[in-house]
Amino acid sequence: MAFIEAHNLVKTYTPRGSGIVRALDGLTLAVPRASVQALLGPNGAGKTTAVKVLTTLVVPDSGTATIGGVDVMRDGDLVRPIIGVSGQYAAVDENLTGFENLDMVGRLYHLGRQESRARAKELIDLFDLTEAQNRPVKGFSGGMRRRIDLAGALVTRPRVLFLDEPTTGLDPRSRLGMWDIITSLVGEGTTVLLTTQYLEEADRLADSISVIDGGKVIAEGTSDELKASIGGQRVELNLVSASDRQKTFEVLARHGNSRPTISPDERTLTVSVVDGPTALQLILAELGASGVALFDAGMRRPTLDDVFLRLTGHAASDEDSPNGTGKKRDTGKKRPNRGRRARDEDPTPSPGAAHTDPDRT
Amino acid sequence: MSVPEALRPNGTGNGNGTTEPIPRPTLANWFNDGWITTKRNLIKIKRVPDILVFTLIQPIMFVLLFSYVYAGSIDIPGSSYKEFIMAGIFAQTVVFGSTYSGSAMAQDLKSGIIDRFRTLPMSPSAVLIGRTNGDLLINGISMVVMMSTGLVVGWRIRSSPLEAIGAVALLLLFSYAFSWVMAFLGMLVSSPEIINNASFLVLFPLTFISNAFVPSDNLPTPLRIFAELNPVSALVQAARKLFGNVPAQSRIPDVWTLQNPELTVLIGVAALLLVFVPLAIRKFSKISSR
Repeated sequence: MAFIEAHNLVKTYTPRGSGIVRALDGLTLAVPRASVQALLGPNGAGKTTAVKVLTTLVVPDSGTATIGGVDVMRDGDLVRPIIGVSGQYAAVDENLTGFENLDMVGRLYHLGRQESRARAKELIDLFDLTEAQNRPVKGFSGGMRRRIDLAGALVTRPRVLFLDEPTTGLDPRSRLGMWDIITSLVGEGTTVLLTTQYLEEADRLADSISVIDGGKVIAEGTSDELKASIGGQRVELNLVSASDRQKTFEVLARHGNSRPTISPDERTLTVSVVDGPTALQLILAELGASGVALFDAGMRRPTLDDVFLRLTGHAASDEDSPNGTGKKRDTGKKRPNRGRRARDEDPTPSPGAAHTDPDRT
Repeated sequence: MSVPEALRPNGTGNGNGTTEPIPRPTLANWFNDGWITTKRNLIKIKRVPDILVFTLIQPIMFVLLFSYVYAGSIDIPGSSYKEFIMAGIFAQTVVFGSTYSGSAMAQDLKSGIIDRFRTLPMSPSAVLIGRTNGDLLINGISMVVMMSTGLVVGWRIRSSPLEAIGAVALLLLFSYAFSWVMAFLGMLVSSPEIINNASFLVLFPLTFISNAFVPSDNLPTPLRIFAELNPVSALVQAARKLFGNVPAQSRIPDVWTLQNPELTVLIGVAALLLVFVPLAIRKFSKISSR
């Protein structure tokens, strides 16, 4: 039996002024003890709702969820002492200092006064907040707030850690720091469920990835399996002149293992390839011989968009959160027009190596 | 990468981790949780200057305004307006002081910290207890400030110390019960501003169409009937009576609630608490930010 199990969770909302939103639509998950499971999906896919159900915050309309065999809905009181939760929005008291926030959380986990203070101090140092510890959180940067929030989730060394988009909105340096912290936790046997919009993050941190769309799991597997299922690396070319597109398309089609895609401006072509460097060399040699001028040429790894496109037939960035809250997106993406372009790609769903059965228990 | 001891989860490592919760009886945890969340609100009072200004300056301002602006023009037979008005100012101030709980709960919901609290193994009533305790403290400070200012400008307590303490106790009890109502309402609205504006719209008429600032006898009939049945009138009447400030020649309206104001306030407080404490705790156990 997996440590975290969710079976067929359904949760609908009726936001003011719009129809019913099925935040969860039969979500099923099984996370083994001491493993890291990523829920990968775009805004509005149901990731946060799934975390809220598992952390006793939201009661689903139907379905079951257990942690360590304990029913989350019925025995929330038994679940809360062993979980730590850190959300996308830092859940800290603005008027308290960093230290006071952690001490308060410690005392509310029912640690003794001395222990709670010692633990707060320890976490402050660990999260590199020593200088800021006696300032009210109000004046903290976004990254510092998130660190305080994550520290709050770790006060009792929880057996299960839920991290809802732990790096969304963080600058690259803070993101790397957060990844280091999460990696070190994992090594010590904590079971982690994290949600993310970034394949790279899931790839780096998780043992297993569940791709979520429309409130259910549409694919599961290790990062390698998922990437293999969508064709691994891509070669991407930017043409100087759109008139070369047909010639280029044919070259790419010969060397790639998918139908090449052409961007709306007809100057960017992409194809998935098996052996990136070799394919790139061959493609460039051939194009050079036939006199095609390039602005740019390179390899890139599959993105969330690629995964989504293959699995769902629509691009991840087509989806937005249902209430249009405009959550912050990754600013470090290489391709600013990824949404528009992704739509042009071949929408054939891939059977692939990844497990695509949403009803798995 | 070597893992710092601080991040080791429970139940692994060398087993002598120091962060195991203390097994304690539920009641002790309940007191602990209530105290920790109260402390959170005390720190907020210390750090947010607006609250202290509102708590200290506004009551002084009201006492001075009413004592000096209106006292010369309004004649209360058998008493002075200064003595008459004071119970009204007390009641109005503590009622408004209870609205913090509403906006604070709405703010907690908005900021997301409610989600943190709700995933901790703490008593579901603790956040509300801490919140309403915070209001109680603010109102207690307001009472001390207002009474001192009142005494300086010529207000006098014309009853026994015990009765005066009773008056303060009733005012604070009522405000405490009202804080629970506001805390409940604060969890129903989508932003702290809504609860602030709404309470303004409701509480101003409620405190002004009463016997707080003028004797209700002189009001036009519909307003007089409203004023006589208004719970704020009962609170004001009880405080005025216990401070010994009821004008000697005044006629107390023949309404049970005003004839028995202390009992009315006590029954009202009990009723509000019985209804709104469970309602608020139930609501708290289900809410989540966003």
